[in-house]
Amino acid sequence: MSNLLDLLVAGLATGAIYALVAVGFTLLWQTSQTINFAQGEFVMLPAFLMLAVMHAGAPFWLAIILGILLSLLLLGLGFKLLLVDPMLRHGVLPLAIATMALAIGMKEAVKQFFSAEASPFPSIVPAGDVWILGRVVSLQSLGVLALAIAVVIGLTALLNRTSIGHQMQATAQNPTVARIIGVPVERMILLTFLINAFLVALASLLITPIYLAKFSSGEVLGQAAFIAAIVGGFNQVRGAIAGGLLIGVVDNLAAAYVSTQYRAAVPLILLIVIILFRPQGLLGRPEERTV
Amino acid sequence: MTAAGKYWRIALGVAVIAALIIVPMNFNRYGLYILSQWTVMTIAAMGLNLTLGYAGQVSLAQGAFVGIGAYAAAIMTTQGMPLIVALGVAIVLCFAIGWILGYPALRVQHHYLAFVTLAFSTLAFLVFRNEDWLTKGIYGISNIPRPNVLGFATNRPLPFYYFCLGSLGIVSLAMWWLIRSPWGRAFVALRENPVRALSLGIDTRRYTLMAFAIGSALGGVAGTLYAPLTQYIDPVPFNLSLSLDLLMMVIVGGSGFFFGPFLGAMIAVLLPEWLRFTQGYYLMLYAVAVMLLLIYSPTGILGILDRYLTERRTKAASALRAVAKSRLETAP
Amino acid sequence: MTAVLEVSDIRKSFGGIKAVDGVSFDVHEGEILGLIGPNGCGKSTLFNCILGQLTPTDGEVKVDGKTVTGLRPSELNRLGVSRTFQLLQVFPKLSVRENLILAGQEHQGNMVSRLFGPSDAGLSAAADQMIGFFKLDHLATEAAGGLSYGQQKLLDAAMAFMGGPRLVLLDEPAGGVNLTMLGDLKERLAAINREKRATFVVIEHNMEFVMSLCTRVMVMAEGRLLAMGTPSEVRANPAVIEAYLGH
Repeated sequence: MSNLLDLLVAGLATGAIYALVAVGFTLLWQTSQTINFAQGEFVMLPAFLMLAVMHAGAPFWLAIILGILLSLLLLGLGFKLLLVDPMLRHGVLPLAIATMALAIGMKEAVKQFFSAEASPFPSIVPAGDVWILGRVVSLQSLGVLALAIAVVIGLTALLNRTSIGHQMQATAQNPTVARIIGVPVERMILLTFLINAFLVALASLLITPIYLAKFSSGEVLGQAAFIAAIVGGFNQVRGAIAGGLLIGVVDNLAAAYVSTQYRAAVPLILLIVIILFRPQGLLGRPEERTV
Repeated sequence: MTAAGKYWRIALGVAVIAALIIVPMNFNRYGLYILSQWTVMTIAAMGLNLTLGYAGQVSLAQGAFVGIGAYAAAIMTTQGMPLIVALGVAIVLCFAIGWILGYPALRVQHHYLAFVTLAFSTLAFLVFRNEDWLTKGIYGISNIPRPNVLGFATNRPLPFYYFCLGSLGIVSLAMWWLIRSPWGRAFVALRENPVRALSLGIDTRRYTLMAFAIGSALGGVAGTLYAPLTQYIDPVPFNLSLSLDLLMMVIVGGSGFFFGPFLGAMIAVLLPEWLRFTQGYYLMLYAVAVMLLLIYSPTGILGILDRYLTERRTKAASALRAVAKSRLETAP
Repeated sequence: MTAVLEVSDIRKSFGGIKAVDGVSFDVHEGEILGLIGPNGCGKSTLFNCILGQLTPTDGEVKVDGKTVTGLRPSELNRLGVSRTFQLLQVFPKLSVRENLILAGQEHQGNMVSRLFGPSDAGLSAAADQMIGFFKLDHLATEAAGGLSYGQQKLLDAAMAFMGGPRLVLLDEPAGGVNLTMLGDLKERLAAINREKRATFVVIEHNMEFVMSLCTRVMVMAEGRLLAMGTPSEVRANPAVIEAYLGH
């Protein structure tokens, strides 16, 4: 029983990070029909940007700020202007394939310009354990969980409580109508790309201390985020959050109770079952198919 | 098409085939290996082109079928069975699994289908890696023999290349037949307008499953050539990135065009060799080139060619009309 | 006269809205039945329910006395029920001849013979005959997408006849077609009806077209059957006038 609690906390902590990545993923899909196959690499890159700044002699806090700013510039603005905008008129599939190429390009670039080896990355949460209810819990897990939850709450508040959030939701649901009622649709779409860039940068900051910085680490992360987004509901932000937490917990439980060899299979099977029996996801709305 | 155009095409075809037979005769071992790899990847990409390009069903699992074919060949031929038997097993196995994998396509479309097939691809990789009793896991299977074809041993690189080229020839002919048959027409109808296709009596379910099954079976065929080509296989080459690579080959060459996979596989296999002088940067350059190409022409290289030819034809036609019109006007 | 199509008490609701609210009628062999009604009265939904594109909430459809409710559109088509759509639905990249061969090929042989048999499924002659019949001769090898709208509409209709159907449901065949083309289309439909004894149900807004082509006319309003009779009877029916003018 006690073991289970540890697993749950650890699972929720990784799950909260998956949720950040999955939320960004669904936002891009909703506002601009972009299936970003490079989402995992988007999480991999910011850590290297921060490391690069630190190698130049800057302190960690400055590296974090610069890293996030660079992410907004490259993964938000650059991604939208250079790849998504020119590709969007060609349809969903060519754009999705272009992001696959982007993923390869990003991986190779990091491998070439930085290192093919895994690099350690400092944690913003101090190492150590705390005692809660007579049990040892890793401070890092708790810190990650708290930070991720704070971001998710902040984002939900932004989307549901503020006027900008309402305009973004209107853009996501029906751009044509949104434009008619005076929502600056283009600016809102750009905003979702920036939010996505911010979320992946944050996820990078939180997860890299656990798994180390490596050019290939995006593959696993990206898949986890896809699965989270689909399991929760491709068209719902709260679905992506729930999906992320669920996949994190399932992942950790599978690691403990299923053979290590097949632990990776559990979320995949969950994904297939969900797509076959509830394609709109656990919390999603069915997408209408036009005849 | 004019008669002259037809003769030009036949002449070009004969020239290319002759070049593929004659030119490699004095290639070294490595050059022949690369060319053989091109034929294998072309076959796999042709299968995916059927599923994606003609029938319009996204699949991110083609690499897994190449893996299934390769393991079938490796396991059976190292046990002393002839490759042709392994080929039969691989085709039947991949056809059956592809058929089953097609079922989700009847319920969901586009990105959902992409993710189901993506999940399958990763699951297949886990099986290759973990089922040691069958696949020898991460240690891989070595000493895979090359076959005797009609009494000729193909151990040396050149005969084996001819064996691959011949296989590609047979697969191409079969594919050409399929595309021109009523089935090919039904696949295109399925891609362009499934609702109308249904109303014309086309059983879209059966054709969707067939497109998946046949495309997957060709992946298996490519795999049974891959194993004796490399003579050693382990799970690594058959991970998700092979499926993504094959998808890019189809798109870069031109999906829905018969010769798209030939071109796409050539670029994916040969370009890294040509870009060797850039050392580690070639994959990065390849990725950038793919993105630029897709921005310029989402229908790939043959899409550019097709657009150019159509434009020239319409220009020629309107020129003819203008001439006819001016004659009418100047006529007394 | 035997009934080719028997529709009894078809209902279809979307959420709380009753798009089709209990419609029954028979179509007899060889007749051309017109189906008219104001926009949104449920005509197309009724078609889609009959043809298996939508599953009716309730009711039954019989073709030649055999219950076909719940069959898929492709199965129904192979039983000899064919259709056109309100919006143009030809395959733009295929040539005119290829479109027609495609429209007939599933009625020839079986899956195996279609794979190993001739690439035109033995339909080139039949397709050319149909091309001649609809006066599209000079366009046989053109891509369908390059034809004028009216020509595509003719091709669309011609495709519905390739399988040699017993019953054809045409959804606004005259929509957007210019006057000369319209005369051609009407004359061709009447000729097929005479020569092949094919039975038609036609949805149309063009009253002149319906009244001159159809042997019987059925009027729908708000999901229900309002009137049924010969063109002149329907034209004189006060309820019909009310339905059209009242809206």
